[in-house]
Amino acid sequence: MQSDLIAEVEETLKRIQSQKGVQGIIIINAEGIPIKSTLDNSSTVQYAGLLHQLVMKTRSTVRDLDPQNDLTFLRVRSKKNEIMIAPDKDYFLIVIQNPSD
Amino acid sequence: MPGIQRTGPVKNKRGSNTQSQPAKVAATKLAKASTKKKDEDDGTEMGDGTDEWMQRKTLIKPPDQLDLTEAELKEEFTRILTANNPHAPENIVRYSFKELLYQRTGSIDQLATHFMLEGNLLHQDSDEARRQKARQGYPEGMVPIATEAKEEKPDTLQAEVEEVMEEGGSEDRSDSVQHKGGKPEQKQTNQFNFIERGSKTLNNPLRQMGCQTEPPPRANFSATANQWVIYDAYVEELQKQENNKEKQRASMKKEEGKSKKKTMLVETQSDDITKFRKVTKIVERMVIQNTFDDIAQDFKYFEDASDEFRQQEGTLLPLWKFQYDKVKGLAVTSLCWNQRYKDLFGVGLGSYDFTKQGHGMLLFYSLKNSTFPEYFYTTSSGIMCLDIHPNLSHLVAVGFYNGCVAVYNLKEKSIQPLYTSTAMSGMLTQPVWQVKWQKDDMDNNHNFFSVSSDGRVVSWTLVKNEMVFTDIVKLAVGDSVTGGLEGLQLPNPACGTSFDFHKEVDYLFLVGTEEGKIYKCSKAYSSQFLDTYDGHHMAVDAVRWNHFHPKVFISCSADWTIKIWDHTVRTPMFTFDLNSAVGDVAWSPYSSTVFAAVTTDGKVHVFDLNINKYEAICHQPVVAKKTKLTHIEFHPVYPIIIVGDDRGCVTSLKLSPNLRKKPKEKKRQELPEGPEVEIAKMEKLLNLLQDPDNSSLG
Repeated sequence: MQSDLIAEVEETLKRIQSQKGVQGIIIINAEGIPIKSTLDNSSTVQYAGLLHQLVMKTRSTVRDLDPQNDLTFLRVRSKKNEIMIAPDKDYFLIVIQNPSD
Repeated sequence: MPGIQRTGPVKNKRGSNTQSQPAKVAATKLAKASTKKKDEDDGTEMGDGTDEWMQRKTLIKPPDQLDLTEAELKEEFTRILTANNPHAPENIVRYSFKELLYQRTGSIDQLATHFMLEGNLLHQDSDEARRQKARQGYPEGMVPIATEAKEEKPDTLQAEVEEVMEEGGSEDRSDSVQHKGGKPEQKQTNQFNFIERGSKTLNNPLRQMGCQTEPPPRANFSATANQWVIYDAYVEELQKQENNKEKQRASMKKEEGKSKKKTMLVETQSDDITKFRKVTKIVERMVIQNTFDDIAQDFKYFEDASDEFRQQEGTLLPLWKFQYDKVKGLAVTSLCWNQRYKDLFGVGLGSYDFTKQGHGMLLFYSLKNSTFPEYFYTTSSGIMCLDIHPNLSHLVAVGFYNGCVAVYNLKEKSIQPLYTSTAMSGMLTQPVWQVKWQKDDMDNNHNFFSVSSDGRVVSWTLVKNEMVFTDIVKLAVGDSVTGGLEGLQLPNPACGTSFDFHKEVDYLFLVGTEEGKIYKCSKAYSSQFLDTYDGHHMAVDAVRWNHFHPKVFISCSADWTIKIWDHTVRTPMFTFDLNSAVGDVAWSPYSSTVFAAVTTDGKVHVFDLNINKYEAICHQPVVAKKTKLTHIEFHPVYPIIIVGDDRGCVTSLKLSPNLRKKPKEKKRQELPEGPEVEIAKMEKLLNLLQDPDNSSLG
């Protein structure tokens, strides 16, 4: 069962990576330390540090407005690309995609 | 008159006269004596040597004595001694603030103190004396004068005794005190040989000891108490309480082994990666949404504007295409939408080809992710049909080519189905062409029906851990009876290929057979049909009741035709010829007069009887040539249809507005009543047909 789940997750990540325009995937744990990444180290660290705070702030905002609500995901679309962040209880997943590619 | 040396003493006397401190009486006496003596100074010096010890002595003159003549020596000097203090100042001047000048004080104190000694005698009647007496315990008035001498001895004795007794103890002491009090003779501190001795106990040297513990480790903590932090804390508290309650309940009751209980997903936290399942799914969908952004937008918002120009016809806009690598070679044999989750649908894959039978697959796709199925199961035999339970959308009934039926539980991770029918439990010998869930029976067990080529309509009930089957109907070709050995009349089993249950009348259902006949049956009667319709020349591929009108159903067959029936009438109401074998037909859920059909030449035909009774308002090739379309399903809510083809690919299409028209007549009155409008529509059509039908058709 366990190995199945691992395999499933790994496969899903691979599929995401192979989607059109995806530049990188980063997985960050609750403290803001990147666990897994397909980008180079410096970019990873930079993304991790900056986005961690952003997600915390966003989540705090959403939950402050209604404590029963919670953040599902966050999309930051910029001129060059789009950063998608899906948070969970103690970690989050970041995908950077260039949708127009 | 002592014969003492004169000159010196005389001078001394003089000196002493002035310096002595007599009482006045003494002073005057001395003064007189000195005046007397002064006369005798010289005389005594020279003449008075009659004393024995002075006879042979010559007068010695001190070296510094004045040499005076006799006349001078005999001179009388008068000296007056007064009581004045010669050392007292004579003119003391004091400043007077009253008159603001220095004033001479009148009388000057002449008292000169020569000697002072303070004594310690007290008058016996004075206060202090009385106090002392009281302290020593004398009765008033008694004074121990006479006994002083006596007391000296007993005093010392007593002191010694007392000292000894002190060591003895306090009791002795008290005794001695009493003893003391009783005796008139008290111990008094003897001023002469009284010894008082004190001793000091040994004081333990004081030491200070201190100890210091290690300071507790400190850490700084800061947090923000937002509304949600407080809320979370409360929720946790509630959870704990509920858990406690449940534990109590569980310990009291026995747990019943219900087969249909939801399985709890136990999350393992050992591996980090597994925690990301849910999140990766979400992200994947997000990415795909980006990739297929235009399609998603079309799905939601696009309405073909050109429909306004196209009078009655409509178009189908291709949306997503669902493909999976592993299904190559398999044809889509069945499609089913999930009632609860509007974006989920199931695809059954197998093979229609008799010669090429291999494995099958069961896939579930979500509209949100067209690249990869949400769930997939591989089966050993090709799947021919599937049905998702309308209420419990995790239960899926599947019919196989090898005659098995199975029920899958989507919530479980396992690949194996929940139930499978085996040879023991009534496996059918022929492929199962259709399965359909029914309402729970009286024991609240789920059950579903299946129809297969061996002519049996079987009801399967899920009882606890197994499936129990009951034959409902045995289909037989009514008229023809083969003559068996010795004239046995064996009814030829008809091969059912599809069936459908009436939407409202629960026990009524239709079965289509391979011979082209359609039977109307009831669950109650197992051997007899209620009615038979001679529909088609070839196998009936699909029979469907109308969603709205209770009497109307549609059938399609490989003989290129679609027929619409009223079940009270034995002849079809409408017939449509589609130039190609029709794979499947389906009523639309939003209108009673709209239906769609797929043909093996890759076309989708959409009909609206309200608009055009004879022709399709849309027929459009949807897939590449040489791909046969096998199934079609309308989405219950959204205006999309999915079509499956024999390459294992499912295409979703959006219906253009023209295809979704609702009657515009009498808008305000009819719009709120949905189904009845549809029924009314159909009725009208049927009525129109009634008269010409009777005459024509064949």
